[in-house]
Amino acid sequence: MAPPLLEIDRLTVRLPAGRAARPILDGVSLSVAPGETVGLVGESGSGKSVACRSILGLLPQGARTEGEVRVRGADVLTRDRAALRRLRSRQVAMVFQDPRAAVNPLHRIGDFLTEGLRAAGTPAERATARATELLEAVGIQDPRAALRRHPHEFSGGMLQRVVIAAALAGEPELLIADEPTTALDVTTQAEVIAVLTRLQAERGTGLLFVTHDLELAAAVCDRIHVMYAGRIVETRATDDLFAHPRHPYTAGLLACTPRIDPHAPPPRPVPGRPLSLAEAPPGCAFAPRCAFAEPRCSAEPPELRPHGDGLAACLRADEGILP
Amino acid sequence: MARYLLGRLLGLAAVLLVTSFLVFSAVHLAPGDPVSFLLKGHPATPEARAAITAQYHLDQPFLVQYLKWLGNVLNGDFGRSVQFRQDVGPLIGSRLPGTALLIGYAAVLVCVGGVLTGVLAALRPGLVDRVVLIGTGVATATPPFVTAIGLVSLFAVQLGWFPGPGSTGTGLGGRLHQLTLPAVALAVTLAGLLARVTRSAMLDELAREHVEVARSRGVPERVVIRRHVLRGALGPIVTVGGTTLAGLLVSTSIVETAFNVTGVGQLLVQSVTAKDFPVVQAVTLLTVLGFVLVNLAVDLLAPLIDPRVSLTRAGAA
Amino acid sequence: MTSLLTRPVRRPLLRRLRLLGNGPLFTAAVLLLGALVLVAVLAPLIAPYDPEALDLRSSLVGTGADHLLGTDQSGRDVLSRLLYGARTGLLGPLLVVGLSTVLGLLVGTLAGWRGGWVDALLSRAFDLVFSVPGLLVAIMFVAVSGPGLTAPVVAMAVAYTPYVGRLVRGLARQEKARPYLESYRVQGWSDWTICTRHLLPNIAPTVLAQSAINFGYALMDLAALSFLGFGVQPPAADWGAMINDGESALQQGAMLPALAPSVCIVLAVVAFGIVGEGIADRLARRER
Repeated sequence: MAPPLLEIDRLTVRLPAGRAARPILDGVSLSVAPGETVGLVGESGSGKSVACRSILGLLPQGARTEGEVRVRGADVLTRDRAALRRLRSRQVAMVFQDPRAAVNPLHRIGDFLTEGLRAAGTPAERATARATELLEAVGIQDPRAALRRHPHEFSGGMLQRVVIAAALAGEPELLIADEPTTALDVTTQAEVIAVLTRLQAERGTGLLFVTHDLELAAAVCDRIHVMYAGRIVETRATDDLFAHPRHPYTAGLLACTPRIDPHAPPPRPVPGRPLSLAEAPPGCAFAPRCAFAEPRCSAEPPELRPHGDGLAACLRADEGILP
Repeated sequence: MARYLLGRLLGLAAVLLVTSFLVFSAVHLAPGDPVSFLLKGHPATPEARAAITAQYHLDQPFLVQYLKWLGNVLNGDFGRSVQFRQDVGPLIGSRLPGTALLIGYAAVLVCVGGVLTGVLAALRPGLVDRVVLIGTGVATATPPFVTAIGLVSLFAVQLGWFPGPGSTGTGLGGRLHQLTLPAVALAVTLAGLLARVTRSAMLDELAREHVEVARSRGVPERVVIRRHVLRGALGPIVTVGGTTLAGLLVSTSIVETAFNVTGVGQLLVQSVTAKDFPVVQAVTLLTVLGFVLVNLAVDLLAPLIDPRVSLTRAGAA
Repeated sequence: MTSLLTRPVRRPLLRRLRLLGNGPLFTAAVLLLGALVLVAVLAPLIAPYDPEALDLRSSLVGTGADHLLGTDQSGRDVLSRLLYGARTGLLGPLLVVGLSTVLGLLVGTLAGWRGGWVDALLSRAFDLVFSVPGLLVAIMFVAVSGPGLTAPVVAMAVAYTPYVGRLVRGLARQEKARPYLESYRVQGWSDWTICTRHLLPNIAPTVLAQSAINFGYALMDLAALSFLGFGVQPPAADWGAMINDGESALQQGAMLPALAPSVCIVLAVVAFGIVGEGIADRLARRER
């Protein structure tokens, strides 16, 4: 049996900030199988961006890590430069949040699309032909002309489609989408998500979908990991997550999302603001904001344990505190 | 584009016109009457006075004088030098190649030295960066004539590697050898400035997302630096580079004097001291022309470097 | 954006220019400049010799008990000339920066505040002066009115004015759009009163920071002009002129007559740069 596509195994990342190292991630584990869409949901400071960049070996300078990030069984964090380049051009690709920042404004779209391929050794003509195919696949009209235009001539949504096309250029087995629609208008969001999911289904790639929007994740993902302050606090299949969340933070996220249903209760915000791991107190990082916290919650960070058909990191998960 | 070019050329013409007017009227602003002023330091014989009066049409109304002078200038006739008793045009022409070679040499040193140093500092933070910052800090505070003194004392007098002021060289190799110290003296101050600008532009680009994106797609680091970081930094580099090159046109007077190089700059300084006004007027006009042309060229390059820039009045102002 | 009510009306200048908070380099630079000013003022008292006293028997004497920095080709004491040279070395740039700052403030405020055709006209004037390099303007002035301190100073002041003017214009336009100034206009205060009592004090520190940096440039440019023989005339002591004199001494192996004033110029310009940038940094941090 082939090794699983992606396995992040208890990844801990510390940044050397000044003299004291600042922790970013603590024991993060998740996996993605081919063809599967896995969601990683968290607010600002949760560390989700660092987690997904680690899959490409793109950690900040001088970061110290523990644990492994395995793509097809081989740890990314210990690969040499040549092996990393092969990983980035052929195995894993990322769709970035802001297309205007991600695409070099001084180059033509064609250059952007073929860059990764040419770096991997594909001759220019083949690369251009492939770029044209990809632009068609994402729904850009007149691909040949588009290749010669510059990014500022495209709208945000169109440019994000170009970014998706570029991500697929190397025929990766795993796609990582880091907040791919956050910088776009709502109507454009739907189009871009549709393109992304269609292409993923057609090619059978695994997709790690990173977002702060739980509802959006629910629309796209089979399984969702919820992150808070550098740790995974809950892992569950989407339907189960919405029906029976086991972690108070997940429940809080669900409760504070406004809904259109007239019979739904009004949104209830979670008091306080999301923390990063560096600011987290000892014990459970969510405890200060949690309605169900007890003294023992501040003693030690709870481990991610099986509860129901998924995992939850809460000492009171099986006490039925959540409806 | 054509409209923009036309607008800029008109602006250029306006600047030259105003400058020529000021340069021309300066003679009349001087104390004393124009004829004595133009003849200051030279025998004021009746023939000389008559010659000057005829050359400058001093017996005519002011505006007519100016227009006649302007007409002559546009035909390439800048009058006669009082100290050399030759036509000014050929006088400048004979010295132009020497100055052009010096400025060209210095320009290459500024661009190559300045940009490479800046790139190095940006890519090697820590000790290398510190050294470059201190070095460029001192370089930008050292005017060309001070550098000249330092170079002469070290390389010419102490070490004897290069000839001192006032020597001539034969052949291109010899000329370049002779011009090396002057070119370096011209280049140091501006190279320091360009290095700083390059460094900060590169640091800005290194922090941009599209650089990380390129890395994430497996593009080798060397290519990322070249096609994304350096390419993005080109905008400020070219703009400042243009201004510094324009500055070379004026600093050359100082360096040519310090090294006794026969060039247009030295001619200017000699002519001011000798009150040879026709020469001063001509060199000033030519320098302003060169200055404005270099700035125009830099502005025209802007859209080539950054396709988002369009050549509208607002964009280029 | 601070609200209408809490925006301070006037911020005392000295408090904003707090000196010693910026680090050892800044402090060193300020002390150096202070020493330079002292030297310039006290030169007649502390110089061991008359800077213009010729003594051809002691030509190019090296360092020694008699002459701490040796003598130049005409036997004049280098140290004394250096000390006296600080006078013109600082006076010239002071005049240039002072004049250009005052003119720049006037013209820039007019352009930025009034807008319209006044602004358009003045901006074109700025562009015109920018088109001609300052050193060249100075050379022209010298050609017309002869060498000395006056022509270069006036010329450089004119050449520097647009730099200050453009900065002031931008700042004036920015400040003009702020609600607190708008409120004064609505209350009927005259433009002149608003500008002098409120606008100028708020933009003054930024302008001063730029002027400090310009001081260094002016020093370099004026020294270049006296190197060419267009500035203060011999036998007066001036750093640029000293370097010119010293060049021939170099050929004969005597370094100090040329190198001593060179070091002074570089140190002074570096110090002004550090001070100017320090003030600018401080302001930038405060705005944030």
